[in-house]
Amino acid sequence: MEQAAKRTRAFIALWTTLVLVVIYLPIACGALASLSKGRYFGFPIKQFSGEWWEKTASSIEIGMLTRTSFAVALTVTVLSVAIAFFGALAFARYDWKGRRLFQKLILLPIFFPQPVLGLALLLWFSALGIQTSWLTAVFAHLVWIVPVVTLVISIQVYGFDPTLEEAAFDLGCSRWQVFREVTLPLLWPGVWSGMLFAFLLSWGNFPLSLYTAGADSTIPKWLYAKMVAGYTPMVPALGTMSTLGAALALGLGGAILYLYRRRQMR
Amino acid sequence: MALPLPKAGTRAALPVAILLLLGFIAPLAAIIAYSFATPRSFDVFSSFTLENYAGLFDPGNTVWLSFLWSGFFAVATVVLLAIIAYPIAYGMNRLFGRWSSLVSILFVFPLFVSENVRLYGWVLFFIKNGVLDGSLKAAGLEGGPDLLFTPPMILAGMVYTYLPFMLFPMTLGLAMVPRDLVDAARDLGAGRLQTWREVELPLAMPGILIGMLLTFVLGIGAVAEAKVLGGQSVIVIAHDIEIAFTYSQNWPLGSALAVILTLFIGALTLAVFGKLDLDRLLGRR
Repeated sequence: MEQAAKRTRAFIALWTTLVLVVIYLPIACGALASLSKGRYFGFPIKQFSGEWWEKTASSIEIGMLTRTSFAVALTVTVLSVAIAFFGALAFARYDWKGRRLFQKLILLPIFFPQPVLGLALLLWFSALGIQTSWLTAVFAHLVWIVPVVTLVISIQVYGFDPTLEEAAFDLGCSRWQVFREVTLPLLWPGVWSGMLFAFLLSWGNFPLSLYTAGADSTIPKWLYAKMVAGYTPMVPALGTMSTLGAALALGLGGAILYLYRRRQMR
Repeated sequence: MALPLPKAGTRAALPVAILLLLGFIAPLAAIIAYSFATPRSFDVFSSFTLENYAGLFDPGNTVWLSFLWSGFFAVATVVLLAIIAYPIAYGMNRLFGRWSSLVSILFVFPLFVSENVRLYGWVLFFIKNGVLDGSLKAAGLEGGPDLLFTPPMILAGMVYTYLPFMLFPMTLGLAMVPRDLVDAARDLGAGRLQTWREVELPLAMPGILIGMLLTFVLGIGAVAEAKVLGGQSVIVIAHDIEIAFTYSQNWPLGSALAVILTLFIGALTLAVFGKLDLDRLLGRR
């Protein structure tokens, strides 16, 4: 019995490690390709060089893409957290008539294929006569990201004790005071995680940006265009940079959350 | 737990409801309207015809093949992912302890890297003179297998991309199994397999079901894998829709295809959602 449990444990640890290695393998391959000298990729790499990183970093076109990607991701973060915060209260906190239906409706965009959603939005914008640009891409991202962020914040809301709000009301706080002094601080970790999710999902999104950003290009959109036609080692270089940027954002965001939780514990 | 504040709940739901009305329901309505327009035209609302649908059900049209491929890929992805993710989800709940948050972060992170970048990494791995082929040749062997741009490669790419969407709902589901219940079953003399089949699996089912639905739906609408890893070997349904909208500029036809796909996904999703209690699944933490 004991022996069998040990074997299961070893198998699961090994399996998880193996799957993780496979998951990060292509990302590592991209990094290798970006660091090899010469126009075409060949393995084993004959000579390493940082030339493609330099060229990518100094390219004006890529600087513009990066700024667009940032503008989209930041706008999406702010708007989606503001909308999803109330969405999460409706999802998990209040008992109201349409709640069950709301809970299910809000999941539908997550369960919808993104390329088709992007095309549907493109068609809708054109029917309304709206010119597509990075602003319409923000709107498209919101349709998909707000439901995700709502779920992320909801998980925090479930662990929230509504009687604390009531107590504050009874002690004479105004609605705004209760919100600022009780509700928001208690839900803050969920809001922060929601912000991280919103930023990172928008940063890496491709299918929605492809159809709804119009003439504006984001990093994933540019990478795809170059993959299909006209490969240059700048593709893996920019891909790797974008991945490292996301990892940095996740690491910083996670560290802040961790420190905040630790301070709350004390 | 929740307070009886009907007005506050409705008000809090309003911003999301407006967003989804304008950004989800309305575009779907636009697609439905377009699917009845004259083929190859942009005369939405001014023409009504069933030609687009009739064309799709014409036996001479090979679009059903795309549906079949997409359905096959989606089912295979679900089955493979259920097998791959189950041991990991089990480990996250029972074995990894304080490591489990690190393991979850490692599994979440790839979601934030554009799927193009990750799939392209596989191209670099499998391509001629790529990482695999080059390493094998350097070791004096034959060179790598020619997997790139074949259907099995597309399937592998889908399994790879959608792993987190199976893993996390499954982990939530397994967290719903109370340990004492498993112990009780064992104490009463149930074998390992019996405990799993009659206690663990049914209790974890809501989470597993969500994972399966999510990966199936994402799989049937997937297109990046077939384009990046599959070359032109297989046209999946979402690719057909894209072609209709872009190269052939036949928006009504693309809309009709999208409507059929949406109806299928919608019916399936609502059927599964009817059986779920989301409060229980997300609230237990």
